[in-house]
Amino acid sequence: MKATNIKDPEYFHKVVDCQYACPAHTPVPEYIRLIARGRYTDAYMVNWESNVFPGILGRTCDRPCEPACRRGRVEDEPVAICRLKRVAADNKGSIEDRLPNIPVKKNGKRVALIGGGPASLTVARDLMPLGYSIDLYDDQTAGGGMMKSQIPSFRLPETVLNEEVNYILDMGVVTHFNTTVNSLKEILDKKYDAVFVGTGAPRGKDLGLAGQADAAAHIHIGIDWLSSVAFEHSSSIGKRVVVLGGGNTAMDCCRTARRLGGEDVKVVVRSPFSEMKASPWEKEDAMHEDIPIVDNHVPLAFVVENGKFIGVTFDRVDAVYDDDGRRRLVSTGKDPVLFECDDVLMAIGQENSFPWIERDIGIKFDQWGMPKVDETTFQSAIKNVFFGGDAAFGPKNVITAVAHGHQAAVSIDHFCHGKSVAERLAPGVTLISQKMGIHEWSYDNAVPIDLRYVVPQADKALTLKDRKIEVELGYDLKTAYAEAERCLNCDVQTVFEEIRCIECDACIDICPTDCITFTANAEEKQLRQNLTASATNLSQDLYVSQVLPTKRVMVKDEDMCLHCGLCAERCPTTAWDMQQFLYAVTKAGQ
Amino acid sequence: MSYKRPKFRHPDTEINDLGYARQDYEGALSTLCAGCGHDSISGAIVRACHELSIEPHRLAKLSGIGCSSKAPTYFLGNSHGFNSVHGRMPSVVTGAAMANRDLIYLGVSGDGDTASIGMGQFVHAARRNLNMVYIVMNNGCYGLTKGQDSATADEGSRSKKGDPNPFESIDLCALSVQVGATFVARSFSGDKDQLVPLIKAAISHHGFALIDVVSPCVTFNNNPDSTKSYEFTREHLKATGTMDFVPMREEITARYAPGSSHEVTLHDGSVIHLYKMAKGMDPLNRVSALNAMEESKQQDQILTGLLYMDPDSKELHEAIGTVSRPLNQLSERELCPGDSVLQNINESLR
Repeated sequence: MKATNIKDPEYFHKVVDCQYACPAHTPVPEYIRLIARGRYTDAYMVNWESNVFPGILGRTCDRPCEPACRRGRVEDEPVAICRLKRVAADNKGSIEDRLPNIPVKKNGKRVALIGGGPASLTVARDLMPLGYSIDLYDDQTAGGGMMKSQIPSFRLPETVLNEEVNYILDMGVVTHFNTTVNSLKEILDKKYDAVFVGTGAPRGKDLGLAGQADAAAHIHIGIDWLSSVAFEHSSSIGKRVVVLGGGNTAMDCCRTARRLGGEDVKVVVRSPFSEMKASPWEKEDAMHEDIPIVDNHVPLAFVVENGKFIGVTFDRVDAVYDDDGRRRLVSTGKDPVLFECDDVLMAIGQENSFPWIERDIGIKFDQWGMPKVDETTFQSAIKNVFFGGDAAFGPKNVITAVAHGHQAAVSIDHFCHGKSVAERLAPGVTLISQKMGIHEWSYDNAVPIDLRYVVPQADKALTLKDRKIEVELGYDLKTAYAEAERCLNCDVQTVFEEIRCIECDACIDICPTDCITFTANAEEKQLRQNLTASATNLSQDLYVSQVLPTKRVMVKDEDMCLHCGLCAERCPTTAWDMQQFLYAVTKAGQ
Repeated sequence: MSYKRPKFRHPDTEINDLGYARQDYEGALSTLCAGCGHDSISGAIVRACHELSIEPHRLAKLSGIGCSSKAPTYFLGNSHGFNSVHGRMPSVVTGAAMANRDLIYLGVSGDGDTASIGMGQFVHAARRNLNMVYIVMNNGCYGLTKGQDSATADEGSRSKKGDPNPFESIDLCALSVQVGATFVARSFSGDKDQLVPLIKAAISHHGFALIDVVSPCVTFNNNPDSTKSYEFTREHLKATGTMDFVPMREEITARYAPGSSHEVTLHDGSVIHLYKMAKGMDPLNRVSALNAMEESKQQDQILTGLLYMDPDSKELHEAIGTVSRPLNQLSERELCPGDSVLQNINESLR
């Protein structure tokens, strides 16, 4: 194999599994260390710079970082990254003086944001400090988009949401709430320098089953219903509720129904339980609230007898997999089963909807009615119109919307200044030794064996009575510290300098997880087998040195490295050093 | 800050026949200088014992004084240990071996502990063919007292801040062959591929097994003018041949070209495969072994690998005809059978 080029920022970035997996590339270990040191405000700001909504995401993020967490490879559970973020948000001091200055003298460029959700707000957060004048349009009464209308208050209290939305709106964004944009052309006619479309995926899918028309009064589209609850248009539901769907919206629907009078609430899903789209922790929370999840049931019809809605019938199915692993749901042939209920909530997916974009003004659409948007620049076929969040490539999640927003802001800034929109500056990278002295490193390199700590919840009897009482209480500071210490500090990199190595083998002997091997070089496939512990996880790179005096190379399998620093500790010549790698995505104006 | 080895291990770590991982054969975290060759030897001992599936309680590690003799703390943490007096480890092993012949005895010593203060003890243990493994962690200097030349420092070698050594060095391997050791090998701490099979073979050998391991002292004797540095040792290494060790219960899987391999069956049924042997080198022959050692020395080469072994070795217990049951398991009645037996013995000698 060729020697690894550690000067390429992406090499070490990939070693920081959580940060690499995060769409916004938040420097996770950096803020977890700050939490452990009790520097909550600093930890919050590290987050805020990167993901804009630490308090919101610390409660609601889809957590792509956690399945990636290295800790999950050496033991059962990853670090509770998401809930540690919440600790920073809950315990921070005032951050008013740390927010960016907004220039009084504007730069003369005007930007319109359509939709007031996370993507648009991120664009505003990045462009306001640069002197842009921004108009935000949204049909809701307040900012936040789906974070406000679809995430129930018992998961995300309004105060937390409003605080973080307001940090941005208070920068001087001109808001046009209660304003439905019915025509993109109208907006374009207002001669903005750039327009950003962050309208999400606002339309809930509809099943269109037999009997639906007759039972219409009892059948609700999940996200619309959640929204009407959030804006207090609905405050009750029948005692017996069937929720159709297996995603996180279904979980929010069933749990909200339990708080609005639903006593016998069940989730009925087509797929097997293990293949549901909902996050495992959201399924657990629903079941904890006495909501059974019935899997392998495909809805057939809404039953209305003598003008009265009775319930929903289902076909019982088995999941059958063909040779390619493709799943088919095959009827068991048993009689359909009827679930009696008073109301049905349909949470079977969302789609984009752009009836308000005229098809003749230059935006190109694909066969599925999605706008053609560049994946790097987020620019559409009209050069000054950009898309981001769910509106760009379909429904994802908040953190992805934030990542889109940052990149769209870079594009808009380039566009408005006549620079190439495609241009992207390299990320900001630092690599600094953490050695403080003999046996002393500036990070906690001990690796505790503590298992993941459970986040305490408020009493169910209490939370089920009021949809505004937050269920999760968050870690107390002592537990937060213990959980933070579980982090393996993957951003503190093992950096190898071959010129110093005397090949004494000390690092090989000390490495607890057998990551390091000195061996003859070979092709990657062969080399992976030749190591002390064979490197079977192909998603993790091998760190290969230049050829050493004995004609061997040092090969380190990044997969199982605990970043404990013992290789550097036992290295007599400091050929190994532990160096902190900070990777910051370059944002607009940087 | 921390200086503790994490508890986590590689999930695919090998488990031996007893259900133990290598971790179960480790000891405390070393406090020797970073990069010390002794730590590598400790690592090789851990590997050998793990791969041989030795029950930790069946092994006793004994040492004298010095950096080397500190090392047993850093391996086999679940085995018996005895850190004895300077140079007196062989006597303590002799006593222990007499009392309990069922244990495996692993003596760990240094060049000072063996070739200077312990020389008198060392040669007699070898001469009596005491059933033990005797590992010398040989760095050619007194590391614990700041690096003075030891008796194994080569003539002309210069340690850090020292003068060239004016004296002839003691070759522990040649000496052991001469005084009657039945398994003699030399190796290098930086060559585990060679050292691990040697340790395994030495443990399986029945009799006195010496492994003299060049183990550079990074702090005092790893400078360019030293003949015990990592660099010098690597440049001057010459192996007698390559050796594979196949424990008795394992099937022989390696294939050797006909005539290229020499098989030696050990007392416990294990097999040593010697191949790629240097021309004229026969490790089963004392004369050949001594010649090879002398020739290498003339050529400034460090001859490593298995130098000499006697597969038909008779260890001390056999030589003096002790009972097969360990003495410490005999009851008082058996040890002091009474007056009538004594009278019978006396009678038989009249």
